[in-house]
Amino acid sequence: MTDPLKIHISGDASACALGADATAHAVMVEAEQRGVEIEVVRSGSRGMFWLEPLLEVVTATGRVGYGPIGAADVAGLFDADFGNGGAHALRVGRVEEIPFFKNQDRLSFARVGITDPLSVADYLAHDGFRGLDRALSISPAAIVVAVTESGLRGRGGAAFPTGRKWKTVQDTVAEQKYIVCNADEGDSGTFSDRLLMEGDPLCLIEGITIAGIAVGATQGYIYLRSEYPHAQRALNAAIANAYAEGYLGADVCGSGQHFDLEVRLGAGAYICGEETSMLDSLEGKRGQVRAKPPLPAIRGLFGQPTVINNVISFASVPIIMAKGATFYHDYGVGRSRGTLPIQLAGNLQHTGLVEKSFGVTLRELLYDYGGGSLSGRPLRAVQVGGPLGAYLPEAQFDTPLDYEAFAAIGAMLGHGGIIAFDDTVDMLEQARYAMEFCAIESCGKCTPCRIGSVRGIEVIDRIHHGIESDKNFALLNDLCQTMRGGSLCALGGLTPDPVRSALQYFPEDFAMPTSPVTA
Amino acid sequence: MKQARPNPVSRPVSRLPASQLSVVQKAIEEHRSRLGPLLPILHAVQDALGYIPADAVPTIAYELNRTRAEVHGVISFYHDFRTAPAGQHIVRICRAEACQARGARELEAHAKQTLGVNFGETTADGTITLEAVYCLGNCGCGPSVLVDTDELHAKVTAERFDVLVNKVREITS
Repeated sequence: MTDPLKIHISGDASACALGADATAHAVMVEAEQRGVEIEVVRSGSRGMFWLEPLLEVVTATGRVGYGPIGAADVAGLFDADFGNGGAHALRVGRVEEIPFFKNQDRLSFARVGITDPLSVADYLAHDGFRGLDRALSISPAAIVVAVTESGLRGRGGAAFPTGRKWKTVQDTVAEQKYIVCNADEGDSGTFSDRLLMEGDPLCLIEGITIAGIAVGATQGYIYLRSEYPHAQRALNAAIANAYAEGYLGADVCGSGQHFDLEVRLGAGAYICGEETSMLDSLEGKRGQVRAKPPLPAIRGLFGQPTVINNVISFASVPIIMAKGATFYHDYGVGRSRGTLPIQLAGNLQHTGLVEKSFGVTLRELLYDYGGGSLSGRPLRAVQVGGPLGAYLPEAQFDTPLDYEAFAAIGAMLGHGGIIAFDDTVDMLEQARYAMEFCAIESCGKCTPCRIGSVRGIEVIDRIHHGIESDKNFALLNDLCQTMRGGSLCALGGLTPDPVRSALQYFPEDFAMPTSPVTA
Repeated sequence: MKQARPNPVSRPVSRLPASQLSVVQKAIEEHRSRLGPLLPILHAVQDALGYIPADAVPTIAYELNRTRAEVHGVISFYHDFRTAPAGQHIVRICRAEACQARGARELEAHAKQTLGVNFGETTADGTITLEAVYCLGNCGCGPSVLVDTDELHAKVTAERFDVLVNKVREITS
């Protein structure tokens, strides 16, 4: 008897939104009708969305892909003998050889799209839990040293050295310490956390557990945004499996170490991605920003020392532990070490996930990986780093992705999301939206953010209507300065960035035909 | 950490209908032993009832030893929590930048016009509540629409939106 045909179809939310469930269903029905024995694995997504639903078949020569495969294409695939990698108009060849995928440095995402996300056995078969094994064999201090020496900086956007944060928590004496994973991925244009949580949740669980062991915390929380129901299911199932196999609980891997992990759901507030708001939200309060100091590393959740890191930061830890700090540090440039999972979004032909060493340029990402605009029109602006990130014109496309290089041009990498806009974009509208978003999502605690954003909308509207333009430009600048300097957190503090960059690089969109009206 | 009990000492008499009260009590019992139980409780109530009735507040506040004002403040802070029932289905359109770059502004205008409602409003027939959402993590495949809690749609053009809405209405009728 021959082995059943093994097929991978992504169960990722984006793939499903493009029809992957229907495709998987059609494959099963068709196989049954034809009497073909098959096994369908719902893996994560490879992050090549233009090919989703991507169907991969395991052949003697590797995994051969066909995509995008709608339910209607399935019968044709069987006719084409796809089980042996047969020719078909939608055949894309060996998936690993697709340039978009081949030219990446997949470290954190090494397993995403390849394994069964929920299977501990599959995880182990693909180098899973090696980092945890190593961490349990060395001292907590040595774990923190390794993370520090890897050069890992917080991938949530602030880029604070992860090792230093862990050291602070490790050095703070307390009865109870906590680990909190920030999975409130609210920035538009970012989805790497989601892809990882759905595609390799055990990697995140491993990273968080290592953090717990390093700093002496026994309880971890994953604060997940409510907009991610797929990820919630994947995490809960993976956590249950990890408990069942002894990777979580009272005796992690027989080490005598205790670590519990739980998913907590947000409730649709962007600000809860700010770490102190998130803590208040976890405590059952309004998600309002706390003044710092005290740092959460010293007084965090319920007043206890707390490590707060982003999903990708934690997911980078297992490979650092397994392969060593130097291995990770060898990727990247300058002070930006390792890799960044970059998300290509918006008006591009090839959107998706590109995990790449720091140093790759925007232009390479937009054109070599992204394939240029989806609409076929020239790209005019890109916004990097979410709704608080600057809009950059073509002249800046040669900037390398590097925290310092971006800071030098008044921009930020943030969580690595890149949104491309073609030349139909109205930058005044984008600037207005930045203020509007801030007004909607402000926690209300500090005045520059709460009131400034509303005034910002009004001022931009006056500029739009040509009312006392000069005065209102001056006022807008002044307002931006106040928000930047006077806000408690990055929401109010960085909302001026998209506004000012739009003004600076795209002034023509703000220019009104003369004849200013006096208000 | 322990706060003085700010509420009346005796358990408040709830004005909730018995069926709703039992849902609220069940949610409280299920989550009260967790640290920071309020959000899990509110989620559980809303998942079961579709909204959080104002009359649930005194009971939740009493059981958690919080003031009614605090509980009300939490409910009103988060966009997800609603204090009145929605239409039979909730259709959320992503308004954020990545979807804008792929036509979400046009989709938003089309949706408001064809449904005859603004964001936050329910169609006259009570079937659909239209809401704005700020990123569904589907930024490579927008414009994105989420129907109810779990049904994510990608590349939603005006035409696809109409098909989607008709389907939602068919299920309802």
